Amino acid sequence: MSRIPRVACCLAALLAAPTLAADKVSDGVVKIGVLTDMTGYYSDLAGPGSVLAARMAVEDFGGKVLGKPIQLVSADHQLKADVASNTARKWFDQEQVDVIADLVSSSTAGAVMPVAAEKKRITLLSGPGTTAFTGEKCTAYNVHWTYNNWALANGTGREVVRQGGDTWFFVTADYIFGRSLEEDTSKVVKAAGGKVLGFARHPSPGTTDFSSYLLQAQSSGAKIVGLANAGADTVNCIKQANEFGVTPKQSLAGLLVFITDVHSLGLDTAKGMYLTTAFYWDLNDDTRKWSQRFFEKHKKMPTMVQAGVYSSIMHYLKAVQAAGTDDADAVMAKMKATPVNDFFAKNARIGPDGLLRHDMYLARVKAPGASKKPWDYYEIVKTIPAAEAFPTVEQQACPLAKK
Amino acid sequence: MSAPALRRLAWAAMVLLGLAAPYLVYPVFAMNVLCLALFASAFNLLLGYAGLLSFGHAAFLGAAAYVTGITLRTWGLPTELGVLAGTAVATLLGLVFGALAIRRSGIYFAMITLGFAQLVYFLVVQLPWTGGEDGLQGIPRGKALGLLALDGPVTTYYFVYVAFLAGFWLIQRAIHSPFGHVLRAIRENEPRALSLGYDVAHYKLLAFVLSAALSGLAGSLKAVVLQFASLSDVHWHRSGEVVLMTLLGGMGTVLGPSVGALLVVTLENYLADVGSWVTVITGAVFVACVLAFRRGIVGEVRALVRRSFIGGKP
Amino acid sequence: MQALFGQLLVGLINGSFYALLSLGLAIIFGLLNVVNFAHGAQYMMGAFAAWMAATYLGIGYFWALLLVPAAMGLVGVAVERLLLRRLYGLDNLYGLLLTFGLTLIAEGLFHQAYGNSGSTYPVPAALRGGVNLGFMYLPIYRAWVVVVSVVVCTASWFVIERTKLGAYLRAGTENPRLLQAFGVNVPLMFTITYGFGVALAAFAGVMAAPVYQVTPLMGSSLIMVVFAVVVIGGMGSIAGSIFTGLGIGLVEGLTRYLYPEASSVVVFVVMALVLLVRPAGLFGRQR
Repeated sequence: MSRIPRVACCLAALLAAPTLAADKVSDGVVKIGVLTDMTGYYSDLAGPGSVLAARMAVEDFGGKVLGKPIQLVSADHQLKADVASNTARKWFDQEQVDVIADLVSSSTAGAVMPVAAEKKRITLLSGPGTTAFTGEKCTAYNVHWTYNNWALANGTGREVVRQGGDTWFFVTADYIFGRSLEEDTSKVVKAAGGKVLGFARHPSPGTTDFSSYLLQAQSSGAKIVGLANAGADTVNCIKQANEFGVTPKQSLAGLLVFITDVHSLGLDTAKGMYLTTAFYWDLNDDTRKWSQRFFEKHKKMPTMVQAGVYSSIMHYLKAVQAAGTDDADAVMAKMKATPVNDFFAKNARIGPDGLLRHDMYLARVKAPGASKKPWDYYEIVKTIPAAEAFPTVEQQACPLAKK
Repeated sequence: MSAPALRRLAWAAMVLLGLAAPYLVYPVFAMNVLCLALFASAFNLLLGYAGLLSFGHAAFLGAAAYVTGITLRTWGLPTELGVLAGTAVATLLGLVFGALAIRRSGIYFAMITLGFAQLVYFLVVQLPWTGGEDGLQGIPRGKALGLLALDGPVTTYYFVYVAFLAGFWLIQRAIHSPFGHVLRAIRENEPRALSLGYDVAHYKLLAFVLSAALSGLAGSLKAVVLQFASLSDVHWHRSGEVVLMTLLGGMGTVLGPSVGALLVVTLENYLADVGSWVTVITGAVFVACVLAFRRGIVGEVRALVRRSFIGGKP
Repeated sequence: MQALFGQLLVGLINGSFYALLSLGLAIIFGLLNVVNFAHGAQYMMGAFAAWMAATYLGIGYFWALLLVPAAMGLVGVAVERLLLRRLYGLDNLYGLLLTFGLTLIAEGLFHQAYGNSGSTYPVPAALRGGVNLGFMYLPIYRAWVVVVSVVVCTASWFVIERTKLGAYLRAGTENPRLLQAFGVNVPLMFTITYGFGVALAAFAGVMAAPVYQVTPLMGSSLIMVVFAVVVIGGMGSIAGSIFTGLGIGLVEGLTRYLYPEASSVVVFVVMALVLLVRPAGLFGRQR
C-alpha cells in the first residue's frame, strides 16, 4: 500500500470525526450485543465464553463511557443465518444496539453484516473466517478482528511445508467453507514448493464416521493430512486418524482448530498436530494475566475467538471515548486511526478494508509428556508477522479500499 | 349465537388483526408469522383433513425458498416470477414425492416423506449453487408487479399479507369443497371411500400436491421477506416444527395452524436467550400436546364454545 | 482394488450400527406399532451414560456394556408405563409424535449440560491396536464392533424366532387381542419389549462411544439413515432389518469408492427405488 492513501485516509478521519462528533451518545446508552452460538458446535469456542469476555471488557472499562452507562446484551443465533439476521434487525430497530461482536460462523456473520451496514451499526467479527468479509463483501462498518481463512491457509500451509511437510492430502468438509479453505491451502502449499496428492470430501454437517476418507488419505502416502473442516468434524477426524493408525506415520494439519478442541480430544490423541492460531494463553505475561482472570470465571482457558471479543470491544469503547460520541462513522474512523495495543495484538492496525492485521502463531500440539501444567497444550513453532500473516489491502479487492 | 356467525366473527377479527399487525408489532416478526402460518395451514390440509402425517414438509418450504432466491438474486427476475418459480418447483417435487409416498399410509408414509426430505437436505448442502452452509444471502426484494418497491417493511408486509390471504382462502375453499369432504371420508374410513367408488390414490395425491405447492408459496415468501434461504429451512427440525404448530393450534381446524404458528414463533423469539432450553420446552410442549391436549387450542376452544353456547352435542 | 476392499469393510462396520439400531426399531414397531423416534436419542444417552459411568464412577467399558443397557432399559420401561401407554388405541402417529418430543427434550437437556463439542471416551485397553490386513489397517475395536453386533443380532433373532417368549411376541404382533384372550399378560409384554428395544439402542450407544465423539446430536444424524434402512427393509421384519442394515452399509461403502459425492444420499435413493418396485419394502408384507 502506498503511503498517500493511508495518510489521506487518516486525515479524512481526523477531519470528519469532530464534525460528526456532536458530543452525544444516542439514546443515552452505549449498547453492545454479543451474537454467538450458545448451544451449537461452536458454543465451546465462542458462546458463553465470548459473553464473559465481553462482560470483562465492559467492567474493565469501568462500566461507563462519556458518562453514559454501557449495556451488554447477548443472544443465541443457533448457527442459523435467519435467526442471526432477525435478531440483529430486532436489536437495531427496537433495542438501540450500537455494535455487535463475535458472530461466530461465517453464515451468520454474512447475514448480519449487510443489515448492520444498512442501519449504520458496527460489527466486530471475531468468530467467523471468511476472507471475503474484508474483500468483496466488505462494508464500511465492519472490523474483522481475530483470524480469517487466508491467514489459516497461509500460516499452516506455508509453514508446514517449510518444516518439511511437502506432500499433502486434504480431508475436506464438502461445503463452501471447507472447499475454499482447501483451495486456498492447496495454492499456498504449491507456491511453497509442496505437492498436493489428492483430497476426499465428506458431507457436512452430518458425518460422524471419517474412516473411509482417512483410508484414502492413508493410501495416498502424503506426509501431511490437512483437515479442511471445523468443529465436531475436525475432532472426529483427529480421533479416528489416531485409531486407524494414520498418525503418527503421517502428520495432521488442522486448518481450523481451537484450544477447546484440543482440550476435548486430549493430548494423547491430538499430539503432533500443526495449527495456526491468533492467540494462545501462555504466550507471555500479558496473555497469562488476562487468561488467568478469564479462567477463574469460566474454568476453561480462552480461545482466540474469546480473547478477540474482549480485545475488539475494548478497542471500540476506547474509540467511543476518544471520538466523544457513539456515532458509527466517527467511531469507525477513530478505530481505524488508532493502533491496537493490548495482550491480544501488538501495534496492529485496522486497514481501510476493515481487517485487523496482527501477528499469528504456528503451533504444534505437545505430547502428553511435554505438557507441564493444565492447558499446557501448544508449542509455538513460529510467530508469523502481521505483514505475512494476512493478505494486503491490494490482495483483498474490497471496493471501499480502492477509493 | 350460531356457529356460522361465530365463524364469520373469527374471520373478521383475523383479517382486521392482520391489517393492523405491522403497526402493533415488529413487521418482520409479523411477516415471519404469516409465512409459517401459511406453511402450517398447508400442512394441516394434509394432516388434519386427509389424515396423512408428512414428516418432510420442510423439503417443499426450503426448496421453494432456494429456487426463489436463485431466480431473484442470480437471474434478477421480477419478484412475483421468483415466487411463482419457487411454488412451481415445490409443486413438482410434491408430485414426485407424493406419487411414491402415498403408496403407503400411516407411519410408513411419515418415514418415507422424512427420507425424501433428507434427500433434498443433502442435495442442498452439496449442490454448488445453493451456497452450502452459508445459504443464499442478500436476496433482493425487488418490486411487486413492477410497480410497488418492496423496500419498506410495511409495504412488504402487505404484499405478504395479500399472498397469505390468497393461499389461506384457497385452503379454506379446498376444505369446504366436495374434494375436502372426500378427503375427510378417506381419513375416517379408507376402504369405505374406496368401495364408494372414489379413486382414493388420486385424491390423496391431489391433496399432497396442493399442500406442497402452498408450502412452497410460504417458502418463497419467506425468502423474499427475510432476504435469504438457509439450511434450516430444509432441515428436519423444520418439518417437526410445522407438526408442532399444527398440533398445538389444533389439527383439522381452519384457524388452528395459524394460532400454532403465532405461538411457536413467539416462543422461539422470546426464548432465544435461554439457549437449549428452547429445545427442551418445545419438546415438552410436544409431549403435553400429544398426551393431554390432542385437540389443540382452537379445537379445545371450539369444543368449549359448542358446549356452552350452542348446547348441542360435542 | 485395495481401496474398494477398505471401503467395503468400513461400510460393513457402519452397517453393524445400522443393523443394531434398526433391529431395536423393528422389534418395538412390530409389537407396539410405534415408530420410536427417540431411538437416536436413546443411543446418544447410552453413549453418554457410558462416558458418565467412566468419568464419575470409574466404571470401565465392559461393565458399561452390561450396566448401561440395563439402566436404559429401565428408563424405557418407565417411558412406556408413564407415557406411551396412554396412547395405545389412538392413531399410532401419536406415538411417533410423543417420541419426537422426547427426543427434543433429551437432546436439549444434554446440550444444556455438556455443550456440543462432546467428550472423548477411550478405546478399552484390551481392544486397542490393530491388524494390517494388507489392503487396510483394521483397528481391533472396529472388528469387535462387527462381531459383537452380529452376535447380538443373531441372538435376538434366535430369541424371537425360536423361544416361547419370541412366539408370544410374534403372536402379539399378529393379533394382540387374541393373545390376551389366551391369558398372556400383553401389557407387560409391551413394556418389556419397549424396554428391550431401548436397551438395544443404548447398547449400540456404548459400542459407539469409543469410536465417535460423544455428543448430544450424535443420534439424530444416524437415526435418519436408520429410518430409511427400516423403510427399505420393510418395517417390523426382524431378519429384514438386520440384513438391510448390513447391506446398506456395504452399498454406502461401494458408493464411496465409485462416486463419493453421492455417499450421503445413496441410502435415500435406494429407498425411493425400492418403494417404486416393492412398496412394502424388501422383506415386508403389504398390509
